[in-house]
Amino acid sequence: MLRYVRRRLAMLLGIVFVISVGSFYLIHLLPGDPAAVILGTGDTPANRALLYRQLGLNRPLVDQYFIWLGHILHGNFGISFISQTSVWSTIRAALPIDLELIVLSQILAFAIAIPLAMRSARKPDGILDRILGAGSFTLLSIPPFIVIVLLVLIVSIKLGVSNTGPSSYVSLGSDWVVNLESLSLPALTLAIGSFVIYYRVLRSDLIATLQEEFITVARSKGLTRRRIMWIHAFRPSSVALLGTAGVNIGGLLASGFVVEYLLAIPGLGYTLIAAINNSDYLLVQGIVLVVSVGVVVINFLFDFVVNLVDPRISRE
Amino acid sequence: MSEMTRPATETETTEFTTPPSRSLGWLFWVCVGWLGLNVLGAIFASVLPLPDPLYQNYMAINASPSLHHLLGTDDLGRDIFSRIVFGSRVSIAVGVGSMIIGFGIGAPLGMLAAYRRGRLDAILTTAMYVFLAFPAIVAVIAVLSFWTPRALAKIILVIGLASVPLVYRVIRTATMAVATKDYVVAAKVQGATDRRILVRELLPNIAPVGISFLLVGIATVVTLEGALAFLGLSVNPPTPSWGNMINESRTVMSQNPWLVLFPSLAMCLFLLCLNFIGDRLRSHFDVTEVKL
Repeated sequence: MLRYVRRRLAMLLGIVFVISVGSFYLIHLLPGDPAAVILGTGDTPANRALLYRQLGLNRPLVDQYFIWLGHILHGNFGISFISQTSVWSTIRAALPIDLELIVLSQILAFAIAIPLAMRSARKPDGILDRILGAGSFTLLSIPPFIVIVLLVLIVSIKLGVSNTGPSSYVSLGSDWVVNLESLSLPALTLAIGSFVIYYRVLRSDLIATLQEEFITVARSKGLTRRRIMWIHAFRPSSVALLGTAGVNIGGLLASGFVVEYLLAIPGLGYTLIAAINNSDYLLVQGIVLVVSVGVVVINFLFDFVVNLVDPRISRE
Repeated sequence: MSEMTRPATETETTEFTTPPSRSLGWLFWVCVGWLGLNVLGAIFASVLPLPDPLYQNYMAINASPSLHHLLGTDDLGRDIFSRIVFGSRVSIAVGVGSMIIGFGIGAPLGMLAAYRRGRLDAILTTAMYVFLAFPAIVAVIAVLSFWTPRALAKIILVIGLASVPLVYRVIRTATMAVATKDYVVAAKVQGATDRRILVRELLPNIAPVGISFLLVGIATVVTLEGALAFLGLSVNPPTPSWGNMINESRTVMSQNPWLVLFPSLAMCLFLLCLNFIGDRLRSHFDVTEVKL
């Protein structure tokens, strides 16, 4: 177990290193003089000197990387020359919205996927299983940006449900009811995307588990069906589910970007797109770094949890 | 209790009475036909009798579907049907183009690593897994936002390169499954060159997996391009693409819902067909499933 964790930790460090190099190098993809593009209209000699000190632009590329990394490790993501605010404070304000959105959507997705998968695994190829199979397959082919547009069109425009349309976001602190209302359609959109995957993974895994001998033993002992399904079959089958959920986080964030953009919810996605459109490249760089490292760390934690559920994995 | 035992017996009896069908089913061919129509439309869009997708007819703004404008017009009086057909060009070009890059690099590397094993495999696989852990979507957004001005070729290149690790993993796994089979060993004993074994023995046997993954990959890339266009990071307007049509229509959604519905429908049908064909092909060629 310890060896496994150590190996995974080394891998994690390698990945974070690659991410940091990638994020650092983004600035140099800019056409022409990066300083001129980053400064935009604020291209004064004073600002330019500040930016050169911040990024070490007149030094060799390798030095620049370590200067940049040193700043980042001290929690200094730089000051945006477009908005005149610190990049980190902007990210810190936006991040909780994404986390709330993801947590809400995952609660919803698991709450729908687990009971339905349990049901249809009990009778593979039964009516319910077929309907859900075809339904989830169809949903798999509808991208999140179409789901959210259609939901807004139907729920907030045609049905006129209040606080669900664009720009209706209110922070959790000021009014939690309106906050939940405004996040309901985005959370539902993300939940639909996750539900489809979770349902299919858990269903096929459960069907395989139910063929195992320990299920036959449990059945011959006369245990109730409910007990067999939830206690004996669910735990071994939840391994694949958890693994999938961990991998799914990256896609979830990307779908989150899309729904935030449409509904003007000031999370990381909305901030990112606004920053791209304002040519606020330091902010884009900061968000990319935080999001990438966040996704990788979450994946790592999920791996760890999967290991606790099924210790066989680390012994491979 | 009795319900729990039923599934097993049910599948057994059906498999004894009717042998597993080798037919792909009519729905498969409907999907192939629909995709073919889409591709032909995209290729021949400029010679088809379609109105100019950029022509703004201010006499017919937000028109409903009619014989004159098959799917109506948008808020600038442009013909929606024509824009959807021309828009499919972007989606299909990005989907096919980036998969050519992804498979062109990932597939040979995956096959070689699985066939040779040893150090080459260890290095390649570790490197690919590092990149695989990187959230590809965030990376694509990041690179496209910095690498301005945006152009179709850049989008294809970035998504194509981002897909290499995934293609590598799928192809490597598929090759490993057949690389130790008797016929490969037999070919080796007969003195066949590595190239011959890779091309004549291994390639035909991993092709079914590869093709079905290719189709699902195209569907994923088309979705990604749609999301990028929706966020304004794909080809610049006024060039139509399905994603930016949906994006542009959101401001006039309440007055003209057709504008959202038709490109969405075009995209969903396209994706559904790709996924369905990919799924069918996989189960069709899955020999183990038929044997059971």
